[in-house]
Parts: sequence; C-alpha cells; structure tokens
Amino acid sequence: MEELKLYTYIAVFGTFALYFAIAWWARATNTSDFYVAGGGITPLQNGMAIGADWMSAASFISMAGMISFMGYGGSVFLMGWTGGYVLLALLLAPYMRKHGKFTVPEFIYDRYYSKTARVVAVACLIIASLTYIIGQMKGVGVAFSRFLEIDYDNGLYIGMFVVWVYAVLGGMKGITYTQIAQYVVMIFAYTIPAVFISLQLTGNPIPQLGLGSTLADGSGMYLLDKLDLVVTDLGFKEYTTANLGGTVNMFAYTLSLMIGTAGLPHVIMRFFTVPSVQAARASAGYALVCIALLYTVAPAVGAMARLNLMNTIEPVAGQNLVYDERPQWFKDWEKTGLLKYEDKNGDGKIQYTANNTDKIIIDEKTGKEIAINEMVKVDRDIMVLANPAIANLPNWVIALVAAGGLAAALSTAAGLLLAISSSISHDLMKGILTPNMSEKNELLSSRVVMTIAIIVSGYLGLNPPGFAAGTVALAFGLAASSIFPALMMGIFCKKMSGPAAVAGMCSGIGITMLYVFQHKGIMFIPGTSFLGGMEPNWFFGISPNAFGVIGAIVNFSVAFVALQVTGPAPKHIQEMVENMRIPSGAGAAHDH
Amino acid sequence: MEENKATYWSENLRLIFICLTIWFVVSFGLGLLLVEPLNEFRLGGYKLGFWFAQQGSIYAFLGLIFWYGAKMNKLDKKYHSED
Repeated sequence: MEELKLYTYIAVFGTFALYFAIAWWARATNTSDFYVAGGGITPLQNGMAIGADWMSAASFISMAGMISFMGYGGSVFLMGWTGGYVLLALLLAPYMRKHGKFTVPEFIYDRYYSKTARVVAVACLIIASLTYIIGQMKGVGVAFSRFLEIDYDNGLYIGMFVVWVYAVLGGMKGITYTQIAQYVVMIFAYTIPAVFISLQLTGNPIPQLGLGSTLADGSGMYLLDKLDLVVTDLGFKEYTTANLGGTVNMFAYTLSLMIGTAGLPHVIMRFFTVPSVQAARASAGYALVCIALLYTVAPAVGAMARLNLMNTIEPVAGQNLVYDERPQWFKDWEKTGLLKYEDKNGDGKIQYTANNTDKIIIDEKTGKEIAINEMVKVDRDIMVLANPAIANLPNWVIALVAAGGLAAALSTAAGLLLAISSSISHDLMKGILTPNMSEKNELLSSRVVMTIAIIVSGYLGLNPPGFAAGTVALAFGLAASSIFPALMMGIFCKKMSGPAAVAGMCSGIGITMLYVFQHKGIMFIPGTSFLGGMEPNWFFGISPNAFGVIGAIVNFSVAFVALQVTGPAPKHIQEMVENMRIPSGAGAAHDH
Repeated sequence: MEENKATYWSENLRLIFICLTIWFVVSFGLGLLLVEPLNEFRLGGYKLGFWFAQQGSIYAFLGLIFWYGAKMNKLDKKYHSED
C-alpha cells in the first residue's frame, strides 16, 4: 500500500510539474494567442488536443463501466461520441474555419446579423459548458480522495489551482500544448492496463483483438461467449445482445449524441486554431484517430472487467467467494461506499445475481432456491479505476491510472473554461456591451472572467446541485437542438434568415428543456416533474437523454416555416455564405 | 469563374451525400437496425452485428473522414481554390 502511494504521488505530481512547465513556455501575449493559439497549430497537434479536450472524466472513468453493465446497449456511447466527428468534418469545421472568427457565437452573429442570435448562442454555450465542468470537478475530487487519501475538498482546490495556472496564463495556446501532454498521459494510462488484462485473459496483447479471441484458460471458449454464459446463468441479460430501451430509443440516443457532439462549442472552437481549411478537415481525422484509440479499447476494458469481477466473486459455478477472504481492492472500495455487500442469507459467502428481491423464491424446475443478489451496490465508475487491482497488476500501473483520470478531467475542464471566458469577454463584453475595449483590456478581462468561472465551477463541484447527474444529458440536448442546426443551416442554406434561425433555435431548446424537465423535474428538483419519469409517458419510448434529436428536428422545421414568412437573408449575407464554401483565401482567424 | 464555383459546390455536396450514406449504413444500419440477423454471422469471437456496433462503425468513421479529406484536396486543386 505504501509503495502504491509513493508511485501515485510521483505520477500525479510529476505530470502536474510537466503541465506547469508547458504553460510557462507557451504563455499567451495577445488575444489571438489567447483565443486561437495564434492560428499556428498543426493538424496532428490539434487532433491530440481535441482528443484530450473531448475525452473527459466521463469517457475515461465512466464509459467502460457503463458498457460493462449495459453490454451491447453501451454501443450508443461508442457510436454516438465518435460518429459526431464525421458530421463535424463534413458539415461544419471546414466552413467555420474558412469564415475565420474566434468564437461560435461570433460566427452565429455574422451569419444571422443579429445580436439576439449571438446572445442566445452565448446562453446555450454557458449552460452547456458549466454543467459539463461540474462533472469534471467532481472527477478531480474523487480521483484525489481515492488515490492520495486527501479529502475531496482539498483535492478539488488543488485541481482548481492547477487549471487556473495554465489556463489563465496560456489561454488557448497554453491549453493546447498542455492538452497534447495530457492526451499522451491519458492514452498510456488507459491502454497499458488493458493490454496487460487482455494478455492475461486471452494471450493476445491487443485488446481490440483480445475481445474477439478465445480464453487462455485452455477451455478454447471465446471470451464473449463465456461472458454471455456467465451473466445469463446469474439471470442478467445476455451481454452481447442486451438492448437499451428498444431499437427506437437506441437510434434516437445515438443520433442525439452524434449531433450533440458536433454542436459542442468547446470542440468546434478548436478548429479555429489551425492555419487552413484543408488543415481543419485533416485535424478532424486526426482527432478521431486519437479518440478511437481509447474508444475501441473501451469495449474490451468493459467486457474483461465484467468477466474478472464475476470470476472473482464466483470462481467456479456454485462456489462463491467467502466474504472474509475477499481481496484487498474489495475492502478499499467498500470504504468509499461505491461497493456494498449485505449477507442476506447469512452464509458468509457473496452472491452476485440479477435477483434483487429479498423474498425466497423456489425454482419450479429444479426445486432449489433462486440465489438472491447480495452485492447491493456496484458503482459503474469503479470498473476502470479498480480494474488494474482486480487483475492483480503492478502498483505503478494503478498509479498511472490515477494520473490518467486527472489528465482527462483537467484537460476537459480547461477547454470548457476557455469556451466560457471567450464567449463572455469576446461576445458579450467586446461584441455587445463595450465595443471600444482595447485588445489589452480584452485579454485582461478574459483572464478575470476565466478566474471567476473557475471559482464558480469549483463552488458547484463542492456543493453539487441535486441535478448534477442529469446535466450532461442537458448539455448534449442543448448543443444538439440549438447550436448544431443553426450552424448547419447557416452553411448549407444560404437563404436562411436571421429571425427564422432565432425562432428555430428558441423552439428547439424550448421543446428539449420542456421534455427533460417534465420527466426529470424542473431544474432537476425532485417532485417537480409533472409527467413523472415513468416510461409509459415517454414520446415513442424515447428517454429524456435521447431527446436532443427531436429538438433538432423541431428547430429545422420551425426555421424553414419561419423562413417563408420572413423572406430570405439579405444579398450580402448570401454572398458571405458563398464565400465560406470556397476554401481559398482563409487567413488566420481574426478579430473583426 | 461563377460556373466553377457552382460545380465545385455541387461536387462537394455529392461527396458529402455519399459519405453520409455510408456513415448511416455502418452505424445505424449494420450496428442497430440489422444487428439481429447479422449476429448470426461471426468475426472470430465477435457476433458480427455486435462488432459493427462496438468496433466496426468507429473504423468506418475514420476511413470516411480521411477519404473525404483526400477527395476534397483533389477537388480544391482542380478548381484552384486551395490556399
């Protein structure tokens, strides 16, 4: 245990020192550095930075755990969070880069010649980004408290300080180079344990192939077949076919995550940092390479962790683990409350099944009692963090996972903070309230705004509002139902007018928020949901998390109907759109 | 020149349409709607539909972005509208 702690301190504080050094080397001196890193980032560098920016604590810690328990149903996250990059590369990134401004709301302002549109875009951006940051801050607190045994609050303060130093000092330039380092840390931390575990279980070091291989235990059985057998024996749904709320829901969920991904401002603004339209297309490709490295490993991590967990609790069918002989990792996670065992039948052994009732039921066919589940809590978030320990991997691997989790949370938080501070200082203050602000003052004000944003998000991380768990759905819902349709129509329909687009955005957000709130409570306050969270009331069986796509369809329809009323956009706007479609002459992203 | 612009844009739209069709087929088609019949087939230990949902679609997305990028670079050269 002591050795583990030492390694963890070295890994965590070693990487922090690296981030500080990079921040000092790449500090920003003007607004172009601060907002778009001077426009000189190469596509590969940008791809790595987008990867780190995009892959948050949720991707690193939670996703494999969700897949682990959902099986095939977890595919919505895998396809949804990668397929969005195809939409970005084909429909948005090149044209927005050609237009060459600093922020997403600024693009919307130029295209729709409307301050209202700009303010609506800023509001969507701030709500989506702030809700997202809360999750990152919580991730930082949890990682510190588990691995360094510092309490949650202090862990959060350290995290806030680290982000503050490199984000405020370096702006986009500092953040980009730090994110490149964080990507490298993150990907090693994710794949090294996966390689070890794949090697142990199947003899194949490549996790993507290991998942499709036979087990190395001499049985000659395929890993996935074995997993299907083990989970169905205990009454769980078959791993490789378990559905998530029906085909319609999975369809809508995947599509919502895809267009939500393509509409998230902190990802889009990264495309303003490359020197040309061709580089913008290429960096979407490199970004997906960097993301796919983790996302194609995640299903292997999920399935193998589930199999290892099952095998630990019930090594041979019918011979369950004796509670007093449980391994060290089991005890460690019990302390956090994320893993809980209750000896319901009093035999001192652990039973883990899908039967969650307390009543004793006799199976009619065999005449035996059906085993009752005694693992009353297995939090999905522990699957990635506990995975190396479950598989008995060396301590330095566990330390690396801690550093990787922190890198994932910090890099995403920094990207989101930049999106918030640039939209407030550049769009609201410079763009609307005080247009005569000098560049020096704008730079200063964005640093002040960023500091305030860090304090606010730190406060929300310390006192997470009751709705924190539901908020990521809201962030994706907003991006999918407002920002993505507005940008896409702006580029592909040159006649689309400002008032029509604003009407579309407002109705898209409106219907999405209404649906989420009526099922999950107004501002997620329990008891205020007027239709209840019950499935019978879901529109075509679509869960609130999957509703973004319906909001987007409403947005498109309302905008096109309103276009008939308002008439087409003015001639100079249509010319601007035509110019956006031709890649030549894209200078560096500039101010006005 | 105006004519050039229009053909450049329509060729681009055609490429986007082809790419998005493939994008839809590999993920929503093979990974979701046709998953059950495809699961009758195998790719090593993977059921084929399951493989498309958790692995194949991601590889296809990657291929699509790079293929589109390469095609567009050629198109940019053809119409001299590269930087």
